Amino acid sequence: MLYNIFIDPFVQMAQMPDLLVQTLWEGLVAGVLYALIALGFVLIFKASGVFNFAQGIMVVFAGLTLVGLYEKLSPSTGQGLGAFLALVLTIGVMFVLAWTIERVVLRPLVNQPDIILFMATFGITFFLIGFGESIFGGSPKKMITEQLLLPTGAIDLNILGGRVIIQKLDIAAAVIAGLMVAGLALFFQYTRIGRALRAVADSHKAALSVGISLNQIWVIVWFTAGIVALVTGIMWGARSDVSFGLSVIALKALPVLILGGFTSVPGAIVGGLIIGIGEKMGEFYWGPLVGGGIESWLAYIIALAFLLFRPQGLFGDKIIERI
Amino acid sequence: MSGAGLGKGDELLKVENVSLRFGGVKAITDVSFDIRKGEIRAIIGPNGAGKTSMLNCINGFYHPQEGAITYKGIKRGRMRPYVAASQGIARTFQNVALFKGMTTLDNIMVGRTLKMSSPFFWQLWRHGPAMREEVEHRRFVEEIIDFLEIEHIRKVPVGKLPYGLQKRVELGRALAMQPELLLLDEPMAGMNLEEKEDMCRFILDVSSQYGTTIALIEHDIGVVMDLSDRVVVLEYGRKIADGTPDVVKADQKVIDAYLGVGH
Repeated sequence: MLYNIFIDPFVQMAQMPDLLVQTLWEGLVAGVLYALIALGFVLIFKASGVFNFAQGIMVVFAGLTLVGLYEKLSPSTGQGLGAFLALVLTIGVMFVLAWTIERVVLRPLVNQPDIILFMATFGITFFLIGFGESIFGGSPKKMITEQLLLPTGAIDLNILGGRVIIQKLDIAAAVIAGLMVAGLALFFQYTRIGRALRAVADSHKAALSVGISLNQIWVIVWFTAGIVALVTGIMWGARSDVSFGLSVIALKALPVLILGGFTSVPGAIVGGLIIGIGEKMGEFYWGPLVGGGIESWLAYIIALAFLLFRPQGLFGDKIIERI
Repeated sequence: MSGAGLGKGDELLKVENVSLRFGGVKAITDVSFDIRKGEIRAIIGPNGAGKTSMLNCINGFYHPQEGAITYKGIKRGRMRPYVAASQGIARTFQNVALFKGMTTLDNIMVGRTLKMSSPFFWQLWRHGPAMREEVEHRRFVEEIIDFLEIEHIRKVPVGKLPYGLQKRVELGRALAMQPELLLLDEPMAGMNLEEKEDMCRFILDVSSQYGTTIALIEHDIGVVMDLSDRVVVLEYGRKIADGTPDVVKADQKVIDAYLGVGH
């Protein structure tokens, strides 16, 4: 038994390096997508101290809007133009959504306890589900991957005495996510608006007193989270279909956030990668020992361990409390 | 920044017949006073007298149901705090409101937010105008840090600092706004004697070096009498005295309010 747990998997890794690379790559890709979702959460948490339960549904909503608009537009404009027109319009829709949420939900709740804002994001979730279904219908849609000029197909690598298959789309997803995370991290750390965002996260009333407009900041951050949701929606949608079931993946973001820290943009990406790779490795090498299915719960066990020993996560702001 | 041609001693802010209620609770009843440019104006009174509520009205956190507030000769309507900030009103809070996860330097830099204007696009790249602007404001902030003698804690997250230093950082953030009117809510609460003396010195220096008009709430009567040019006294939301420290000190109503009186 001990041999099966502690030695055999590593022997396998050494004997079949091609399978190891394949597993690592799949874990990496899953991790990038988890990181993208987590990123949306982190943005809003940083700027308003609110855990935005609606982030998952925003991903679905953005994806559905994109495909829905494309279906309406493409017959008259042609496929290529239609896709990009739909993309631009969807970005517009995400801005209107951010503006509306700020106006209708957040503004009346300024200075309320965080739990109230948290509950309000439940409200947003259910609203978006109902609204999305009534407009786009409940059936899954196919993401317009080729029309957006995203690469499809796969690369076969003959390395390490075996064959490793890499989807081109996955490479694109990794590159895009990497660029987005790097940009956001720099933006938060070094710019006036980034500093204002962090200030708002720390204290609403102090931020107000130095002349930061909460309303403006919230629109910016919800819009940014909306864009992240759109990118996530495209990437996830290209792998499966766009359907409301997709919003469940938002729950996978929780362990990622606990691991990376709720307030850290780089933390979201590293956390995502660890969870993604951990899951795939666990499933492939250790899964057979317990009859498989490790993938669905391993992330939560890792998160639990972190909560016990390092509650602020790998990169989160230290929780400083003077007594 | 000179306040629309106002000279020293002119009326910078006027509060007229202001009343503020929370439901049935009257926080402020029919209070009037003025703040003149360049002076240090103290607002004193026992706990619950409505002092902080008054400051909150002045910088737009609260909106009084009755009365008017005139700032630089213009009567203000219902305004939001960031509008007050953009008009040159800065403040500190009774129980320090800082950005605890950020360093001293960043906290004070946030105070420069309104003075920065480089377009969003440049900020994204940290180049050109945005970079020049950042450097220029950084220099200003370093001056404030020197002025307040907090060089040694520039890179420390403020949540880790002792209370007295946090109050000083908060003052620094308010000063970074180059305010015309600085509202200080109990700047010396919870400080030891040495810290109090430092803070007094800073307040006097701000007043004399930058010519900033200051309105402050303070419980330490000795401090108030030393610092301020004029004092307004509130009790149960009403004004009971107004004048120079000597006049106020001798006022029978003020003595009764502070020492209690047999009924």
